[in-house]
Amino acid sequence: MPRLIVQIARTMRSLGWLTAILALAIVPTIASAQTSFAQVVAQTQPRMVKIYGAGGLRGLEAYQSGLLVSAEGHILTVWSYVLDSDVITIMLDDGRKFSAELTGIDPQLEIALLKIDATDLPHFDLTAEASLETGDRVLAFCNLYNVATGNEPTSVLHGQVAALTSLAARRGAYQTPYQGPVYVLDAMTNNPGAAGGALTNRRGEFAGLLGKELRSSLNNTWLNYAIPVNELAPAVADLMAGRSRPADRPETAKRPKQFHTAATLGIVLVPDFLPKTPPFIEDVRPASPAAMAGLKSDDLILFVNGRLIASCAAVIDELTYIDELDSVQLTVQRGRELVEVELTPR
Amino acid sequence: MTRWHSLSTQACLRFGGLTVAFAAILVGALAVPLHGAESPVAPVEVPASVLAAEEARIAAIEKATKSAVAIFADGGNNGGSGVVISADGYALTNFHVVKPAGSHMKCGMSDGKLYDAVIVGIDPTGDVALIKLLGREDFTPAVLADSDRVQVGDWCFAVGNPFLLATDFQPTVSYGIVSGTHRYQYPAGTLLEYADCLQTDAAINPGNSGGPLFNANGDLIGINGRGSFEKRGRVNVGVGYAISINQIKYFLGCLKSGRIVDHATLGANVATNEDGRVMVSNILESSDAYHRGLRYADEIIAFGGREISTTNEFKNVLGIYPKGWRVPLTYRRDGKKYEISVRLTGVHAEEELIGLLRDAPEPESPQPSPKPEKDSKESPGKPGEPKPMPQRRPGPVAGKPKVQVPPEIAKLIEARSGFANYYFNRLHQERVQKSASAGADFSPFTGEWVFQGELAGGGKVEIKLADSASHGEFPTGKADIDGQLDLDRQLGPTGSGGLLLALHLWRRMLVAGPSAFGSTVYYGTAPHPAIQGTGDVLSSTINVVETNFIYDPETGRLAALELFPSDEDDVCEVRFLDYETRQGVLVPLRMEVRHGDTIVADLKWQEVSFASSTEK
Repeated sequence: MPRLIVQIARTMRSLGWLTAILALAIVPTIASAQTSFAQVVAQTQPRMVKIYGAGGLRGLEAYQSGLLVSAEGHILTVWSYVLDSDVITIMLDDGRKFSAELTGIDPQLEIALLKIDATDLPHFDLTAEASLETGDRVLAFCNLYNVATGNEPTSVLHGQVAALTSLAARRGAYQTPYQGPVYVLDAMTNNPGAAGGALTNRRGEFAGLLGKELRSSLNNTWLNYAIPVNELAPAVADLMAGRSRPADRPETAKRPKQFHTAATLGIVLVPDFLPKTPPFIEDVRPASPAAMAGLKSDDLILFVNGRLIASCAAVIDELTYIDELDSVQLTVQRGRELVEVELTPR
Repeated sequence: MTRWHSLSTQACLRFGGLTVAFAAILVGALAVPLHGAESPVAPVEVPASVLAAEEARIAAIEKATKSAVAIFADGGNNGGSGVVISADGYALTNFHVVKPAGSHMKCGMSDGKLYDAVIVGIDPTGDVALIKLLGREDFTPAVLADSDRVQVGDWCFAVGNPFLLATDFQPTVSYGIVSGTHRYQYPAGTLLEYADCLQTDAAINPGNSGGPLFNANGDLIGINGRGSFEKRGRVNVGVGYAISINQIKYFLGCLKSGRIVDHATLGANVATNEDGRVMVSNILESSDAYHRGLRYADEIIAFGGREISTTNEFKNVLGIYPKGWRVPLTYRRDGKKYEISVRLTGVHAEEELIGLLRDAPEPESPQPSPKPEKDSKESPGKPGEPKPMPQRRPGPVAGKPKVQVPPEIAKLIEARSGFANYYFNRLHQERVQKSASAGADFSPFTGEWVFQGELAGGGKVEIKLADSASHGEFPTGKADIDGQLDLDRQLGPTGSGGLLLALHLWRRMLVAGPSAFGSTVYYGTAPHPAIQGTGDVLSSTINVVETNFIYDPETGRLAALELFPSDEDDVCEVRFLDYETRQGVLVPLRMEVRHGDTIVADLKWQEVSFASSTEK
């Protein structure tokens, strides 16, 4: 049995006992927090945002949660299909509505940084790094089920850290690119729209990002988890500093006379029929540079020469800036795996 | 409650980090049993505040569970939860819990006893039902809190009968926090709308429906009724909703009437415009809001005493009032603010509501069933989806087996269209009549009544009231009522909206009682400017003319009468003041008359006389 399952099973077993005793034994912590909890919630909610974008089909909600990480409108959320939209709409806690730009993503952590044009916003301080231990009481802020609309505050759940463990990814029951440490929670956070929400300690300090929906293929249970802030903070700092920015090319940049095309590399992309068609590879021509590099159909192109790419059109455009004599580095997502390849021209 | 847990508490406290120690000990003990248990830990001093907090929680749960009810309907195939709110056994639950039960159900309580209960009143739109437990006058009722004071983050707990587990009648307690307040959850069709509700992460499962949500003090803040599940299957996913107890307080007087109580509309729609203001987007000319001056494109600023900045906030306020209540509304037009009091009309026509009730689908059984999640393609070897509905017995198909209602309980159930249980309506009609006629028995005075007096502003007034015809002389002219003709056309004197007709019907009620009208219904309780708080309302209809009689709960006397001749005509209202005894009965010597918002007459009677039939 994979390690993760063993750990969770252990935790659950002990939790069974825990809850029996907890209801009575945890009284002191609860009672003393009686007034401060409502205050913590009131202070924290203005830092949460509601995110609306692509989706709306059966089983694919067109909304998720996010949190402000700078006074200038940087928003941290999970990287998901919701952001595959021409217009990403942000609703602040006070009901103000903004269009957001996708500033950057980290495909490994599956997080995205958005930016809205605003100032003096209340926000979480990611450098404070509240770390949690198993058994710590936590609050989870998120707009699960899109319960809150307009200026209504997001929902708040309470719980405890059930375990600090690693997602065992491919080998386990949970299919996810992120394999690092997570807080497993006994709060019901793995709900539609909850991803991108904030996990805080009992003082409202940011401790982790609520993860995307994750269901065990073994027993159909949903895993309530959050990615700890110390795993996120460096990546968010990178994203805020502009590393991994989508095409922000200087006006003066020139195209080489002879540049790459998808055809010269042997890549056939899926038909481009959406405003932002995700650049999936439909087919790979035999004996082409793409085939030699091991690209496969259904690979999703994420980066071209380290530059974040969001659509088929962006892939085509990006290739026009690369001399056909130069090699091309691609980062693709294959299933739940990230693969780096280098395509060498013949 | 025993204190078996105290050793563990102390053990943990010794380590400082309470829960950390717990996990360590238990994981150690359970996962690695071969290494042996931790050595026993010496007791330590527990801070007094900790013990006090512990005691407080134990006391809150003990207090709260005494009022919890486990409802079993339909021979135990269905059911849910409820909570007793009065010593004589009135209890709240969900409409969708009692719907399969009909008018009689069995209720278990934590004293281990099973009580019979009958339906009293239902609010299908708000998903609330009032039932009455029988057999005791000394139930322990829940204390009703002020749910508008509940804050997000407050501790709360649900008590109830999840999965109908409480076969021994001992309720299940689940603790959580308040996740959201003033939530608006869209109705299913036009029923089961949850406006201004509370959201909690305390586990709310099938069978918790209708049960109480308590605050940390063990006081009632809401009635649990639904949750967000969607693709998670029908079990708790940390998102439960409770109808706020403040909403139910407004409805309670109406629910006790035995009626099917309707929710309200303004007769106008609102929408948020581009700059985020809430504007009237549509208004019915027959609505009271229109009569009071509200027009298309007016901006709604406040409603029911709350500021309004979104349509959800507006719908939240609208959703907590019963049909017929008067609610203050503030609007702005051309930079000027107007404050009005609007009488709310019903969401449904009466026949429509009855039809919806008949057609509403039966809710799913709260009993545990092996029903897999809808979206479970990956679940290996799943069985076919069994129906969660109650199993039909094999053999002759005759619908549900009829549960025999004992005769002493059947006496408390009266079926009548438009009512959940007419028995209670009749009871209240009799009560109101009795207290109103104390010291004011007009039944002998079946002859002519004569009132002589003057208007506050000057001018003589004489009114003669009798069964078949009434006559009035006013400074503005004469007015007549001919009982043989359509009453809604006889609205004199001019400008009064039907003062003479109002008094004609007033006499009819005093002399002959409700039976002298086409129909009379005890509406329940509603606020009225003529009285403090809420008063009893009898609503009578004759021809097409509707008349509300509003009684002061303090004195039992008639405080006001409202006459609604038709949708087009504005209301005529008479307030009865300065009661004094004449000819052995209490008589109002002053009557304040309003047509719409305007006081059209302030009448003071100098001479009154009542003739018995033999005299004339």
